[in-house]
Amino acid sequence: MLDLRISLESLPKLAKGATLTVELSALVLVTAAILSIPVAFALNARRGWISRAAEAYVMLFRGTPAMIQIFLVYYGTSQFAWFRESVFWPVFREPYWCAVVALGLNGAAYTGNILAGAIRAVPSGTIEAGRALGLDWFKLQRFIVIPQAVRIGFPAYTNEVIQTVKATSLASTITLIELTGSAQMLVNDTYAPYEVFLAAAGMYLAITFCLAAIFHRIEQRLYRAGCDPAAQNLKVAVEA
Amino acid sequence: MFDTLITYRVQLLTGAGLTILVAVASLALATAIGMIGAIGKLHGPRSARGLLGIYTTVMRGIPDLVVILLIYFGGTVTLSKLRGSYFEVEPFTAGVFALGMISGAYMTEVFRGAIQAVPKGQIEAAKALGLRPLALFFLVVVPQAWRIALPGFGNQWLILLKHTSLISVVGLEELMRKSVIVAGATQQPFTIYSATAVSYLVMTILSMRALKRFERRLERGYGR
Repeated sequence: MLDLRISLESLPKLAKGATLTVELSALVLVTAAILSIPVAFALNARRGWISRAAEAYVMLFRGTPAMIQIFLVYYGTSQFAWFRESVFWPVFREPYWCAVVALGLNGAAYTGNILAGAIRAVPSGTIEAGRALGLDWFKLQRFIVIPQAVRIGFPAYTNEVIQTVKATSLASTITLIELTGSAQMLVNDTYAPYEVFLAAAGMYLAITFCLAAIFHRIEQRLYRAGCDPAAQNLKVAVEA
Repeated sequence: MFDTLITYRVQLLTGAGLTILVAVASLALATAIGMIGAIGKLHGPRSARGLLGIYTTVMRGIPDLVVILLIYFGGTVTLSKLRGSYFEVEPFTAGVFALGMISGAYMTEVFRGAIQAVPKGQIEAAKALGLRPLALFFLVVVPQAWRIALPGFGNQWLILLKHTSLISVVGLEELMRKSVIVAGATQQPFTIYSATAVSYLVMTILSMRALKRFERRLERGYGR
């Protein structure tokens, strides 16, 4: 029934797509991680309009499909002549950078939300202790809040990383030949959907399993004696 | 800008209607799979538990888009072979099946956790009262597990609503596909895709409100 020869023959071509998938995922994750920090602080900001703006941003990106976000960035921006003549155009003309921008902004909303929740879960006693020691705001965040928040939010973040890898498959809808895109092209050539798509699915599984294993290792390192937030009943719920 | 939207409102609204229909159908399938899966994982024979473990792990590790493509193109090949002539699977059927299978994997875990969270004493009491297994499950376990499962269940609904857009790739004319068509016809992609994004946002926000209400209703009698 299944012609495994076709699956095996498709592997080298799929591997090329898989490298692009990994590359995109890495770029998107880094972008999202950097942007998530201001998003998280804005979400927890005491000033109403700052936190409301951040909430609107998060709602916008979590409440709409990632696909429409990618289409808006890639196709949508070409509607305006002034934008096509602007300095941004070399970036927004390329599907590659559009995918990174759209998925990066999307990831920043999810990751920012996780980080904000984690920051709120940091025990207030430790912050008070930091203040009593005379730490300024920046040092308080750097040495007290962030290290604990990272540990609290880590399990939820691991989940977010896996979702990001899967989300890069959407880049295939704007002509990028990453893993899903290259599988689609191979199916057009061979007309063997099971063999090729199952091989691609296997590759995604390999990538997500490796990442899960790596993050599990990091988690264990983070939770060395005395640092386990689970022991202190601090958890951040994993949300969509 | 707005006149384009008014001109194509029927197109976009029928698309939105189909989006909701696909999401509801997928949710129904996912719920059924999730319930059977959860019971199988908790009380099934060792082999069933093993298979369900593989199912939930695999489904959560691969992109939805790949599953949709696999079922759509794979289904077309299989059914064409069975019928002896070319037969194309309906994008609707393939999409609902794919999304239902994926969400069913997440739902299995949601329901399993919820069933496990029902206090043991409740089940012992039901057994002491002489309830049969089916009555015990539907009269004692489900009403209590439902409350615990609702946040996870609602989350899956919100995800499904957004992921229906992926079925546009195999040609189902739901909101996403309709907006691609309209964007092409009008040459105003930003206007159209923004309107589409807002439509999805409205559906999400309304769903979230309804879910919040529902959650609060189920919290009655739990002292919150």
